[in-house]
Amino acid sequence: MRVQALAIAMVIVSGVGIFIMSLSTLDSLFETRENYYRNHHFAHVFASLKRAPLSLIKRIEEIPGVDKVETRVVAYVNIDVEGFNDPVSGHLLSLPSKSAGQLNQIFLRKGRLLEAGRDNEVLLSDEFAIAHGLQAGDKIRATINGRRKALTVVGFALSPEYIYQIAPGAMFPDHKRYSVLWMSRKPLASAYDMDGAFNNVSLTLIKNSNEQDVIDRLDALLKPYGGVGAYARKDQLSNRFLSEELKQQQTIATIFPIIFFSVAAFLLNVVISRLISLEREQIATLKAFGYSEFSVGLHYTKLVLMITAIGVLAGTGVGVWMGKGMSNIYMELYSLPFMIYVLKPQVILAAATISMTVASLGTLYAVRTAARLPPAQAMRPETPTVYHATIVERLGLQRWFSQPTRMILRHIERRPVKSLLTTLGISMACGTMMIGGFQEGAIDHMVDVQYRMSQRGDLIANFTEPTSFRSLYSLRNLPGVEHAEGFRHVPAKLQFEHRSYRTTVQGIQPRGDLMRLLDTKLKVIDIPQQGIILTDYLAELLHIKTGDMLSIEVLEGSRPTVHVQVVGTTKQYLGVNGYMQREALNKLLKEGDAISGAFLNVDEQYQRDVYSKLKGMPRIAGVVEHSSAIKAFYDTLAETILFFTFITTLLGGSIAFGVVYNSMRIALSERNRELASLRVLGFERSEVAYILLGEMGLLTLIAIPLGMLIGYGLSAYMAFKFDTDLYRIPLVLGLNVYAFAATVVIASSIISAIMIWRNLAHLDMVAVLKTKE
Amino acid sequence: MTGNRQRHSPLDEGVVFHVHGVTKTYQMGEVEVHALRGVDLDLYQGEFTVLLGASGSGKSTLLNILGGLDTPTDGHVLYGDQDLTRASETELTQYRRYHVGFVFQFYNLIPSLTARENIAVVTEISNTPMQPEDALHLVGLTKRMNHFPAQLSGGEQQRVAIARAIAKNPDVLLCDEPTGALDSKTGIVVLEALQHVNQELGTTTAVITHNADIAQMADRVIHLADGKISQVDTNDTKLSPHELSW
Repeated sequence: MRVQALAIAMVIVSGVGIFIMSLSTLDSLFETRENYYRNHHFAHVFASLKRAPLSLIKRIEEIPGVDKVETRVVAYVNIDVEGFNDPVSGHLLSLPSKSAGQLNQIFLRKGRLLEAGRDNEVLLSDEFAIAHGLQAGDKIRATINGRRKALTVVGFALSPEYIYQIAPGAMFPDHKRYSVLWMSRKPLASAYDMDGAFNNVSLTLIKNSNEQDVIDRLDALLKPYGGVGAYARKDQLSNRFLSEELKQQQTIATIFPIIFFSVAAFLLNVVISRLISLEREQIATLKAFGYSEFSVGLHYTKLVLMITAIGVLAGTGVGVWMGKGMSNIYMELYSLPFMIYVLKPQVILAAATISMTVASLGTLYAVRTAARLPPAQAMRPETPTVYHATIVERLGLQRWFSQPTRMILRHIERRPVKSLLTTLGISMACGTMMIGGFQEGAIDHMVDVQYRMSQRGDLIANFTEPTSFRSLYSLRNLPGVEHAEGFRHVPAKLQFEHRSYRTTVQGIQPRGDLMRLLDTKLKVIDIPQQGIILTDYLAELLHIKTGDMLSIEVLEGSRPTVHVQVVGTTKQYLGVNGYMQREALNKLLKEGDAISGAFLNVDEQYQRDVYSKLKGMPRIAGVVEHSSAIKAFYDTLAETILFFTFITTLLGGSIAFGVVYNSMRIALSERNRELASLRVLGFERSEVAYILLGEMGLLTLIAIPLGMLIGYGLSAYMAFKFDTDLYRIPLVLGLNVYAFAATVVIASSIISAIMIWRNLAHLDMVAVLKTKE
Repeated sequence: MTGNRQRHSPLDEGVVFHVHGVTKTYQMGEVEVHALRGVDLDLYQGEFTVLLGASGSGKSTLLNILGGLDTPTDGHVLYGDQDLTRASETELTQYRRYHVGFVFQFYNLIPSLTARENIAVVTEISNTPMQPEDALHLVGLTKRMNHFPAQLSGGEQQRVAIARAIAKNPDVLLCDEPTGALDSKTGIVVLEALQHVNQELGTTTAVITHNADIAQMADRVIHLADGKISQVDTNDTKLSPHELSW
């Protein structure tokens, strides 16, 4: 009885624990983000422009619905860190002295705020400082508007605006090669001729104000000053990435507890049924004394609920403990300044309700079965269970099966529901584990398509502003540069019917080598002389088909609106863009041969030289290097994936173990008599084990392919749920993913089998002959 | 006390079991139970022996030791020239597998196997088994061959159990209260089956029972009381089962 009670409690503890861990972690992440955004006054609307006088602030403040307005001077710079030769770019933001700012307030992790009058002080993003091992007081150099300047790092900060720090043009965060920096406004403004002016504005809104209206009015105000279009918080890059991440977490945090809890519920039922069937005689005795079936049921329900309550309590404790641990891991992962752990009462309530309901129903059902017999009959030996020859045997295969094999088959068929649920439980374990591997394989495939098949340049050099095509020659002539292709990037709002999307239109070289477009079969496609090719996902978003006319509102220069025919779509997993031939785009913009930057292929030997040459070029705003970006991405990702794989493996393994071990343990206790009888008849331990373990082995073998199907389905569901304009996760499942899941399931089963094997040594042959069950 | 108490060497002709000075003590909660307190006994080839005693007399413990299911605390049990008290678990398993046929009070049939299969499960692992059908014929159950235990009466189940025990052609048949769960009419049918086997195949048979009437069909009756052999009787005229009543 104590063992059974413990088994029930354990199942509940793990089910409730996982449930509470997943949901509380998710709630904590959302709560922390909300709190961070609120307390640090994360803006609601953002806008960049060329240059506007500070006097414009008053007019912005007068827009109905605007609460607070803060202007900034913002610039892209190149950074030099001593001992690190790779190109490092930075986003330099102005910050009032002795202040964390009015909006988008920074969180000072270490050091101090900027002092007034000290022009060479700078705050760095905390992740960048950690990546380079920088301390307060260290010096770095930055090329600010073409001039190299030595800066003293006085502190390290986090910002709600840059939870995700991604360099322009990059797809992944790379904390070694990109940083956000904060500097006093005065020196920054004088370097960029922004005294009494600004080029960036953020604002918060009054509750219930019309966001789109504010954006439209702000756009109108800023248009004469080179505004490139205001956008809301939901379109802010860092926030978007974080939201997508949290959405993924939400999917995972719902899938896992559901799987785990349903398996736990099944196990709970199995264990309770066994507990009740062991109490068969007591139930008969109670009935003989005149207790009604109901009162007997009530008695056992109370008993089971007491055990359940203890399990829920302990499970909550375990869940909170694991939830706090998980939350802290996410705090590190997302560079959040703090983590508010949230445990909503309804989460505990839900866990308790589910556990109690499952336990009560299981108990009542089991008691009913046990109490159905008249007391006298219940106290006599149980009549043998009715068995039949199985279908496979009736098909004429019988003579191929030994008696023990027939026992296995018939036992499975005798209790089809239980066998099915056991198989399903193991399948779930197998499927769960495939999710971890799926993510890894999918990301490999994404990177492979994006960087080895499509964007094949080693470097991307971005100019500070559109430049004559001739500049490409100066890049081509750099020693070590093997090949260079210019490109033109234009921010634009693409519109079809009532749907619109802000992105960039990229003018690229036709039949280029460093930037190629791929079709759905990953074959290279040519861009025709006229027309635009859209990322397939963008075409879906806009509901636009090949042949339709797309309206393009350019968000740069004279901001013309033009109409271009869509001539095709291209398969891309990262980002969404429109692509045209560069010359066609130039023509559309009514400009000469202009480029925004270039893709470069560089001889590895000369890479350092090329970097330093590029750094010295005043018109180069920044350099993105693919291989290091990919490597940095993998380094971060590896940790996350490793952790995720660890969790899924642990979960899958424990589900497999829980189902297999409990099923076998109960089978052993139910069939103790039968197995001991066979031992008496001269069966060896291994022969007896075959009957018990063979059944589970067979179910496991059926469960693995079924589990692979479930894993495929779960992965497809996740890939579907994760599809966004930021990235699409391809459904790629390598053989290794299947193999790994199968291996863990088999290993868990073998471990259970070994434990059962040891139990088999203690079969009491003498007792079984004297008992009537 | 009369009868056969003199010592035999293991090689004495006709002796199947030689039990000498066997004691068995075990712990039951905090109480030490002396189940056997020095038992000396020989069982002979082809003999039908009844071990008679009240419950708690130690007869089941003795049968379990003879069957290789239990080991004595002290003393020796020789089966032929094999010392069962020194046998390993594997050796005891082999011994049960090839030499012993068991019949239990509660039949202990495998519910998922038919009558025929319940026999086949044993014959599949024996050296010189008879056909399961032949074994069932011996106990008169040929017609019930393809029935599952749940479809058989208690007496029929016990006869299947006897068929299963003899189908491997065991050297010795050990029966623990084989009629204990049956009414007298059915019990007699079962006893007839046992006697039939003993006479037809010459299998050494030991039956334990607390039913003194059954003792009348034995060659020899060994009375056990309080963990000791209290008396050994030899029946000069055996009764056949249908002459018995209880």
